[in-house]
Amino acid sequence: MTESYTDKVFEYFRNPRNMGELENPDGVGKVGNAKCGDVMWVYIKVKDSVITDCTFKTFGCVAAIATSSALTELVKGKTLDDALKVTNKDVANELGGLPPIKMHCSLLAEQGLKSAIEDYRKRLATNKD
Amino acid sequence: MIYLDNNATTATDKRVLGKMLPYFCEIYSNPSSVYKFAQSARKAVEDARASLAKLLNCEAEELIFTSGGTESNNTAIKGVAFAHQNRGKHIITSKIEHHAVLHVCEYMQELGFEVTYLDVDKYGLVDIEQLKKSLKKETILTSIMLANNEIGTLQPIKEIVKICHGNNTYVHTDAVQAVGRISVDVKDLGVDFLSLSAHKFYGPKGVGALFSRKGIKFQPLLLGGGHEKGRRSSTENVPGIVGLGEAAALALESMEEDEKRIRPLRDRLESGILKTIPEAFSNGHPSQRLYNTSNICIRYIEGEGILINLDFEGICASSGSACTSGSLDPSHVLLALGLPHDVAHGSLRFSLGKDTTALQVDKVIEVLPSIVQRLRSMSPFWQQK
Repeated sequence: MTESYTDKVFEYFRNPRNMGELENPDGVGKVGNAKCGDVMWVYIKVKDSVITDCTFKTFGCVAAIATSSALTELVKGKTLDDALKVTNKDVANELGGLPPIKMHCSLLAEQGLKSAIEDYRKRLATNKD
Repeated sequence: MIYLDNNATTATDKRVLGKMLPYFCEIYSNPSSVYKFAQSARKAVEDARASLAKLLNCEAEELIFTSGGTESNNTAIKGVAFAHQNRGKHIITSKIEHHAVLHVCEYMQELGFEVTYLDVDKYGLVDIEQLKKSLKKETILTSIMLANNEIGTLQPIKEIVKICHGNNTYVHTDAVQAVGRISVDVKDLGVDFLSLSAHKFYGPKGVGALFSRKGIKFQPLLLGGGHEKGRRSSTENVPGIVGLGEAAALALESMEEDEKRIRPLRDRLESGILKTIPEAFSNGHPSQRLYNTSNICIRYIEGEGILINLDFEGICASSGSACTSGSLDPSHVLLALGLPHDVAHGSLRFSLGKDTTALQVDKVIEVLPSIVQRLRSMSPFWQQK
């Protein structure tokens, strides 16, 4: 953990990868609470159980935006099962660490992805019925 | 760099620093010592006291030098509460005070005092009717700030004093953001205690003062060698006090001119931002407000991201967002105005100073819209709208 933002956090904040809405996503995860100042939407495209694309939209602080973006990079190309193994610590590590009071942002990113995969699986189950 | 965070602190005026410097290595004597060498330090302290008394229109002996606004607030509230608790244990304050008042009041509650936190209207003005209703026989102190640090709203202290004195209740005002910027006359205001801090008006950090009306008892916060007539023990911070005295003298000279120059710049900044950015509005009272302060809410985005982007452009400002305060809740002041959490998270505060130029203001107006647009393009709320 770090006391202030790492250069990598600033870099992701300035040039966020995979920012924006996905057209016809296979799953969407909406997590967070405006009251606490962080809301994250995570979109995924899935083919043969592999995440082929992942994007985000985030209302929140610098850390929230950077962690959203780092998450999308981490899980792209991973199988759903492998993506579910990505933890908030992996996201924080990808950014060279986060200040302790910002660790909840990385947790939100992890939850955002889980919620998107859950949404995908729900849709899949509904389509089968 | 464009520094628009003068409510956080100001640059020490070079003239102030010049007056302070001899009191470090040359006239370093302890003002309490008896020899001649000590008399020059003593004189410097008393000259500073006289200078500050002139600014506030009070007697020099009614001023106690402290380490700053926080200590002055602690001294006034705890000091009055402890000295007069036999008369009652009720204190009144407002919901938009600085934490240096609010957290002291919460502490007093832990010690068995009752505290009423007055509501404010959408402009941040305290509810006078609620004040009248809240006063009771046991109310020993009302503490209401003169100017709010986040939104700049100026409270009707004179009226509050009249109402409280009618109930034999002392009045303290945290005037940290007001002294040195606007005319503060303690005789006219009628307050019994007033806190101020040097670094908010081009003096050094680590020094402030408490005005304490003659004849009103309070328990000192610091006990020891009996400095400041027993009201605040601790060897005087001579260089700091000299700096405060000089800052007061300079403020008395330039306050009116400063206002004439800074107010139009603030108005230009605020109207410039509101004109170019949709879904934004300003907070604070439209006219009863510090002339250097502009607090703006920009909907659908969060304040910290804006601040960091402004910082990339070399612009220093502040925000009431939770992320900048280290807690999950946004500014208690903005919430007290009735703003929803998500809107309060998107607040920006610009506080101008005597070195602010029109060029700097225009630069902010120029760069802010694209910063806001970029963050909004990332925001799910902007999309949803």
